[in-house]
Amino acid sequence: MDASSLTKRYGAKLAVDDLTFSARPGIVTGFLGPNGAGKSTTMRMMVGLDRPTDGTVRVNGRAPHAHAAPLNEVGALLEARSLHPGRSARSHLRSLALTSGIGRSRVDQVLELVGLADVADKRVGSFSLGMGQRLGVAAALLGDPATLVLDEPINGLDLDGIRWIRSLLRGLAAEGRTVFLSSHLMGEMAITADHVIVVGKGRLLRDQPMADFLQEARVETVRVRASSIGQLARLVEGAGAAVELGGDAMIVEGLSSDHIGTLAAGAQITIFELSPQSASLEDAYLALTRESVDFRADDHDGRLGHAADMSSDEGAA
Amino acid sequence: MSETTTTAGTGQLTQPTPAGRVDWHVTLPRVVASEWAKLWSLRSTPLVMAAMLAMAAFGAIIGHNTRHPAGLAPEDLVASGPLQGYYLGQLLIGSLGVLVVSGEYSTGMVRATFAAVPRRLPVLLAKVIVFTAVVACAMVAASVAAFFIAQAFLSGYRPTYALSEPDVLRVVVGTGVYLTLIGLLGGAIGWIVRSTPGALVTLFAVILVLPVLLLLFHGTRADHASAWLPTGAGAAFSTSLHTPGELAPWTGLAVMVTWVAAAYAVAAFLLRRRDA
Ligand SMILES: Nc1ncnc2c1ncn2[C@@H]1O[C@H](COP(=O)(O)OP(=O)(O)OP(=O)(O)O)[C@@H](O)[C@H]1O
Ligand SMILES: [Mg+2]
Repeated sequence: MDASSLTKRYGAKLAVDDLTFSARPGIVTGFLGPNGAGKSTTMRMMVGLDRPTDGTVRVNGRAPHAHAAPLNEVGALLEARSLHPGRSARSHLRSLALTSGIGRSRVDQVLELVGLADVADKRVGSFSLGMGQRLGVAAALLGDPATLVLDEPINGLDLDGIRWIRSLLRGLAAEGRTVFLSSHLMGEMAITADHVIVVGKGRLLRDQPMADFLQEARVETVRVRASSIGQLARLVEGAGAAVELGGDAMIVEGLSSDHIGTLAAGAQITIFELSPQSASLEDAYLALTRESVDFRADDHDGRLGHAADMSSDEGAA
Repeated sequence: MSETTTTAGTGQLTQPTPAGRVDWHVTLPRVVASEWAKLWSLRSTPLVMAAMLAMAAFGAIIGHNTRHPAGLAPEDLVASGPLQGYYLGQLLIGSLGVLVVSGEYSTGMVRATFAAVPRRLPVLLAKVIVFTAVVACAMVAASVAAFFIAQAFLSGYRPTYALSEPDVLRVVVGTGVYLTLIGLLGGAIGWIVRSTPGALVTLFAVILVLPVLLLLFHGTRADHASAWLPTGAGAAFSTSLHTPGELAPWTGLAVMVTWVAAAYAVAAFLLRRRDA
């Protein structure tokens, strides 16, 4: 799956801004970004529901509407509920299956797979958030697709469900499928995804293997308290580290605690405290996306918050 | 639920469907089958039944009330007299036409539908085919039933009509056709407007308000314009009484069909361009 200069504008709002990336078969690609970053919009364009203002998105080399067997090419779970509450789970899937000549047994199979076989004939309107999400996953898997596009699939799932979907997605990727899923939970992505694409305000911020992202995110610092802190600071700086002095303590970045201890011993300086500290993955992710956050979450719903960046389109609103 | 949910049996996904062996192409007959299933898995049947019932009930009431011809209006005496339940019927069938489409948008189902059929136009076409097949059968049946119920009430009181008489068959079947076309018009408006209330208001404006508005501008021009509206043109085909300024029956049908076709042309054009 390839997106090339993908751009989507809603009136004055630039939701997706010149995105170019690809997702490969055989791995799980995570699509990360804060609220309003344009993840859902990008995914709707992948399925052909929204028409790009500019650029293209191709799955298996073709535009979404050019597939002869669309459900067999792309399976999608979208953000908003995409089902009629008056139908049963079975008849919902059945009506989608019929468009492509997919048989009843396949419908039963995906119902079984997502754990909804027992409630298959209940009205979808009575389903819980998690059950609705499972039905969405069933619909995405219906056509045994080579590419899966899942918008925040863990939304509404309980812990059991999260584990289930994690291993499901990893299994699907292991079968050689392209798995592309969005989330704004960095920690969840770190476990599930092999490759990560980070967007902010519609723009591409990172496109790299998850391992590299984690490596870069691991900023290790050491907090030091010692008898002659000023002298030790000069020694540490001389060894090539960055130092931040504050009172009788300092934060050292770029030198291990072993190294600092050795330097102190050599200069007869007594160490009171020597504690390695590692910034969390979340901190690294937040730092990366902070400047591009559209809406600050200073209350329950981020979208109700103030615009963090006054230069944004909605800053004056 | 826990047994199936905690163990992700992804292996069973691929086994029955090795790539290349399946024919999961989207074709128009398949989309028609899907729309057929969709129509019956919702509670749309009550609207069809209500419209049929309205036709039959009006056939009985009008038949009963027009047994004695003295002092009756001409439209009650002609063959199409007992079919005046169409006036209520068109609101019900028009609403069904709207709901079949706008329901997809109000529930979000349209996103799943278009993810399965990204070309979109087959969905519009399939809905037209299924709706026409189901509603045309039901409405023609209802119209024929209303006609015969009324004749049963009239027999012995005043001369009854037979389907074999000139123009009677046209009027009786024509009323069913008229109702089907109104339903289809509702569907087209549903595709264009997308929201249920908006589409219902638009449809009712077209079939109820517009003709009345034109009455306010009383004069030959307004009368002429009214005859060219979908309702006026359709009525020329589905009623026996020919009033001056009205179109000829088959011209009327052609004009009404043109309206519906034009509405669908706009709907199809917008459907291809807009975000779902
Ligand atoms: N149909 C639309 N009309 C107008 N603006 C839209 C539309 N859809 C999305 N937007 C705007 O585009 C931007 C990107 O929205 P999008 O839903 O793609 O973000 P997201 O990354 O999925 O966010 P979240 O994490 O909250 O789901 C937002 O500012 C949103 O308000
Ligand atoms: Mg989203």
